[in-house]
Amino acid sequence: MLRKTVVAIFILVCFILQCSVFKSLAFANVIPNLMIILTSAFGFMRGEKEGLVIGFVCGLLSDIFFGNFLGFCALILMYIGYLNGKFSRIFYPEDIKLPLALIVTSDLSYGLICYILLFLLRGRFQFTYYFVHIILPEALYTIVVTLFLYPLLLKVNEKLEAYERKRAQKFV
Amino acid sequence: MSPIIKKKGEKFTLPSKYLLLILTILCTVLMMITFGTDVFNRPLNTAAGYVIVPFQQGIGKLGGWLANRSEELVQIRSLLDENEQLRAQVAALTEENTLLQQDKYELNQLRELVELDEQYGEYNKVGARIISRDAGNWYSSFIIDKGAEDGFETDMNVIAGGGLVGRITAVGPNWSRVTSVISDNSNVSGKTLSTQDNLIVSGNLQLMAENCITFGQLVDSRNAVAVGDKIVTSDISDKFLPDILIGYINSIEMDANNLTKSGRLTPAVDFEHLNEVLVITDKKQEIVEEDEENAS
Repeated sequence: MLRKTVVAIFILVCFILQCSVFKSLAFANVIPNLMIILTSAFGFMRGEKEGLVIGFVCGLLSDIFFGNFLGFCALILMYIGYLNGKFSRIFYPEDIKLPLALIVTSDLSYGLICYILLFLLRGRFQFTYYFVHIILPEALYTIVVTLFLYPLLLKVNEKLEAYERKRAQKFV
Repeated sequence: MSPIIKKKGEKFTLPSKYLLLILTILCTVLMMITFGTDVFNRPLNTAAGYVIVPFQQGIGKLGGWLANRSEELVQIRSLLDENEQLRAQVAALTEENTLLQQDKYELNQLRELVELDEQYGEYNKVGARIISRDAGNWYSSFIIDKGAEDGFETDMNVIAGGGLVGRITAVGPNWSRVTSVISDNSNVSGKTLSTQDNLIVSGNLQLMAENCITFGQLVDSRNAVAVGDKIVTSDISDKFLPDILIGYINSIEMDANNLTKSGRLTPAVDFEHLNEVLVITDKKQEIVEEDEENAS
């Protein structure tokens, strides 16, 4: 229960920050994707199921406010969370390289999928322009934010896991 | 044994691949349903409106306050110098003003004669504040702090500073989403003010950095449209009210088919620094219907 509340608060705060504060901190009109960081971080920290549920909620939230139809973002983010969850077996909290690599890959693939489905299919073929001006800057900015956000997520997750272990012991 | 069979004394858990499958089907169905209709929008928009929008409003206010304070600190020195200069100017201007007052009186009288009205004075407008912008980098839409409770509906036109901003595409109880005309998925039917030729104005992500949008399908048979001409919304658009200024032609060239022309225009609205907008609460559809009633 505590975990669900904490995760819900994280999602809300990140979503609100992303569409208010980060819009004024935008570099070259590009903002980082906090939803990807949350989805993929919880994916590889906690496993496939949690990753896909958090991805679904994050995506649905952006769909309700900014999507033209529901379910598009939710579907992409859900699969990103699920695939990140596959890496939870080789995840160690001490190692920062794997999380960074996973988050960047997730953000790049999110950008590519968005480009293909939203732009390429409408006949916008200047792939290099969109890659250099939107997808790549977004991924880079996302890494920078990850460096601050990820340690926080890791710490909170460790605290939650310790709390859950304690409760489980109490019941035995 | 199937993994979903419930064992005695063990808590029931659904394996993640089944959950993934179920949610994928749910998403696909949702996409198909909401592509054409807006069945789910009302309850979801309402729920989201009560959970998220208060925070967004708070952050918006806080951000505005902080920006104002920091600007004040920067400006205070230059303002002191400016104040001296302005005092001197006030004296000169007061004298000039008295002269102009007389001219204005004359002008007002003349205006009444030709019945010049305020540009968009005939429409009912409601002001609203922008509280959050698009969470992604692909499209350009934003959320304003008023919604169905203030009588807003989808497809209402939004203007600011005398130019067209966009139209409302989703409404919650206390928020609405405005899709701007510079957004890559937006197309507006427009016309040139000087020659009344129709054209299509489309947003373009690639030109957004240059503060431009594109237009096309302009049939300019008389070759009279020139750079700098005003483009306004056309009469044949079914979403936009007629004669709202969109922008000014920036460049124009002949298409490869030698029949139509296309080019770029500079929007009349500064989308970068947009904070408050006006929502026109008259909808195109209603106006047309009223006219029909009057005619019949």
